[in-house]
Amino acid sequence: MENNNILNLKNLNIYYGKFRAVKNINLNVQKNKITAFIGPSGCGKSTVLRSINRMNDLIEGTKTEGEVIFQNKNIYNSGFDAISLRKQIGMVFQKPNPFPKSIAENITWGARINGYKGNMEELVEKSLKGAALWDEVKDKLKENALRLSGGQQQRLCIARTIAVQPEIILMDEPASALDPVATLKIEDLMKTLSKNYTIIIVTHNMQQASRISDYTAFLMTDENRSGYLVEYNKTSTIFINPKNKKTEDYISGRFG
Amino acid sequence: MEIRVDFNEKISKLNNEIIKMGVLVEEALDKAMESLISNNPELAKRVITEDENINEMEVSIEDHCIILIAREQPVAGDLRHLVTALKISTQLERMGDHAVHIAKGVIRLQKNHNFNDIPLFNMPEMGKIVKGMLQQVLTSYLESDVEKAKSVALIDNEVDRMHDEVIKNVFVNLMHNQTDQQNATTLLFINRFLERFGDHITNICEWIVYSVSGNHVELG
Repeated sequence: MENNNILNLKNLNIYYGKFRAVKNINLNVQKNKITAFIGPSGCGKSTVLRSINRMNDLIEGTKTEGEVIFQNKNIYNSGFDAISLRKQIGMVFQKPNPFPKSIAENITWGARINGYKGNMEELVEKSLKGAALWDEVKDKLKENALRLSGGQQQRLCIARTIAVQPEIILMDEPASALDPVATLKIEDLMKTLSKNYTIIIVTHNMQQASRISDYTAFLMTDENRSGYLVEYNKTSTIFINPKNKKTEDYISGRFG
Repeated sequence: MEIRVDFNEKISKLNNEIIKMGVLVEEALDKAMESLISNNPELAKRVITEDENINEMEVSIEDHCIILIAREQPVAGDLRHLVTALKISTQLERMGDHAVHIAKGVIRLQKNHNFNDIPLFNMPEMGKIVKGMLQQVLTSYLESDVEKAKSVALIDNEVDRMHDEVIKNVFVNLMHNQTDQQNATTLLFINRFLERFGDHITNICEWIVYSVSGNHVELG
């Protein structure tokens, strides 16, 4: 494991009411790498992902213990600005969710709210190029974003995310609603984006995790249905020579 | 409920093919050595023609492995197992070729000399040892037995020692004019092919260790 951490999860426990959904997660995320969270349904991978930019705060009854260290600060410290955090740690969801506005406005919306003073046209072009969408939409920037295909909408959501220049992009099953070609475009885009951003992705598609990620974390549930980290290593190690029998059984399709 | 039943069955069939190919190679070695020991060129010719069966098996195993890799997208132990099967089929095919080379040597000796006068030194014993190694390595593959694979590889040291001894003996005979250069050369080639048999089996041992543990090792 390299030592270029951008994010440290320390003894992370997350509760939904009395139910402990995630227990004792310890994990260091490497800067400018793609880290994949894999595991069976209900193992807590999306819960952990959402904890990284405090999206779980929006779910009533959620309690988080432990630390998520980002830029030398625990983001769960009292007084920490969660709104500001979400500018630095953006999120792309499973289902593309562009605003029902023009393509250009989807990009400029966040920037405007954040008091961006630069040239908006340049920002639109730069962000759309960064999301490999510019060539397909440059002549119809004023069209409603909902008229784009699913794959284009998802890339627009990525463009919208990178428009505010985050450090980390969280992706929760970003390609699971897309066809194979659109999926491969998103995967290619993630590889390109990882030169400038750190990406953490939750995916059910193990081939996808194997193709695109540098590191893979495998989570599963214990006898109390709490999610825990079984193994975290370089993706090549996880998929060729995993150290834990449970990892081997899961990725080779022998349970799950 | 057990899952991946179909895939497991296909792996099991592949294992059987490897064993079948290994048995063909063992028979080829047996016949080649028998033709050498008993001065039987007809048997040697059979080794040459039957090598086609071994070559066909290699292609069949490769095809099955490639199809399984493409369609089942194996990872971890499954992937290592399939890569190992591919590697073993290549090693076995080379061993089949060496049996052919030995058989051709027998025919060469037969053509030019009074066969019964040619001393074979330790070579019959070497043939028995590598045959035993082959049988054991196939078992260790089937049983994923790393310890057995390691112990088989150690036997190769004895094969190497005997190989060196044969070389010395052939040269002594040559110096004392008890054999001619052509004969000596053919014997040295046969000796070399037997020694290579041991090397290929050692390679198979190394791949078995990789298949089971994921570690590349140098054995022998």
